[in-house]
Amino acid sequence: MKSIKNHLSLVIALLSILFSMQIFIIVDRSLDAYKQNLVTSYSVIIVSQKRLSKDDIFAANKMISDIKELTPDNVVNRLNTGMDKKNIDFLKLTLPKFYKLSLEHYPSPKEIESLTKDLLSNSSIKKVENFSHTHDITYKLLLLFKAVVSVFAISILIVTSLLIFKELKIWQLKHAERMNIMGLFGAPVWLRSAVLFRLSIVDALIASAIAFGLFEYLSSNALILEQFSNIGISVMIFDPLNDFILLLGVSLVLSILLASFIVLGHKEEV
Amino acid sequence: MDKVIIAKEISLSYSNNETIINKANISINAGSFVFITGASGSGKSTLLKSFYGALKPNQGSLMVGGVELKGISTKKLNFLRRHIGIVFQDYKLVKEWTIEKNIMLPLIINGYDKGVTKVQVETLLKHVRLKHQFGKYPLELSGGEQQRVAMARALAHNPIMILADEPTGNLDDYSSQLIWNLLEGANTQLNTTVIVVTHHIPESLKVDYKHFHIEYGSINEVN
Repeated sequence: MKSIKNHLSLVIALLSILFSMQIFIIVDRSLDAYKQNLVTSYSVIIVSQKRLSKDDIFAANKMISDIKELTPDNVVNRLNTGMDKKNIDFLKLTLPKFYKLSLEHYPSPKEIESLTKDLLSNSSIKKVENFSHTHDITYKLLLLFKAVVSVFAISILIVTSLLIFKELKIWQLKHAERMNIMGLFGAPVWLRSAVLFRLSIVDALIASAIAFGLFEYLSSNALILEQFSNIGISVMIFDPLNDFILLLGVSLVLSILLASFIVLGHKEEV
Repeated sequence: MDKVIIAKEISLSYSNNETIINKANISINAGSFVFITGASGSGKSTLLKSFYGALKPNQGSLMVGGVELKGISTKKLNFLRRHIGIVFQDYKLVKEWTIEKNIMLPLIINGYDKGVTKVQVETLLKHVRLKHQFGKYPLELSGGEQQRVAMARALAHNPIMILADEPTGNLDDYSSQLIWNLLEGANTQLNTTVIVVTHHIPESLKVDYKHFHIEYGSINEVN
């Protein structure tokens, strides 16, 4: 019971850090997936006086991934009040050309501004419609969401770090006597602190294993998958290999750092 | 005769700079039994601490087992301590360890083989009359029994000397006599140098001993 209690305090602290870190990763992935979704429905319309070659438009900015020329039929049909075919063809020729541009990724307001500027540098392009107002609101909402989650993750990190430091002090008191006694009989530093390092490594492994189990369960949980499906995105909640290596690495580094602080801070009693 | 301790003009003080031992001299022969006495606060425990390097001299020269302790490195000090057995008034046993593990400590540090360690611990438990307490933790034993565990730990690795700081200070007459017998046995049978800091030299002691008395920061031999 005492042994479980010894482990529990550090395991819980490590687990909270791993949990907030993985939640941040999931939110980041969700936002990326959501931006990917947005980019498919987002496009920029340009109006040109004369027909443009696709190469000319592509050369204007690297973000452009696809160009589609819009047919003027809709406009012509609206204007067609009994015109003959010859006049209609003439009208089609004199009407400005419309192009719909798709982009590589969902742009930031700055990127939109730069794209507009690049396109307008072509003297034939008279107007660029970038729907900046709607775009800005969506983009700022995403940024706000990410910022809120970041603040939440950082707050957990700070609170947990304080908990870990408190635990560190308890460990220091608990192990100082044993380390002193071992020192009196000539034990080298590595042997005096071996128990501490073993304890911290075991705790890191336990915390990582619990986090692995928890996120493996969450990644296959129907309710959570349904939530993502409802907003039209598909996100990898937990990558069993890469994410686990990251969680394990973070918890090992943190707990070994904790043990090292104790060992370095230990002074022999006189 | 070989000297196990040679102190020349040593001064000892704690961080508050008050000099406890002032330019004192002492030399102790290997294989001897030595008592260091003095009033409370005279500096007898401080002197003993300097013998195992817990407190280093501010000035003078202190050689223990042929090693100069002034400015000694941690590595060399650890090596020296592996050849010393220490007994404290408050036992200094690791409470979370069984008594066997406590006795094993110097053997583990000195890299003894597991088989040898096991046999040695069993022999020592029998020697200090604690075989029946096998598997227990220090706090489950009486003060006298805990001090006998500490004695077994001090003897475990056949040290060149045993330093004992008021080893019977907290014990009743019966337990005290057992501790004196163990210290006497280590000196006469194993030729281990024994240095004891105490207020009171037991009358029952059969071994020849040297007696040093500390007063006003200096060490004087008592005939």
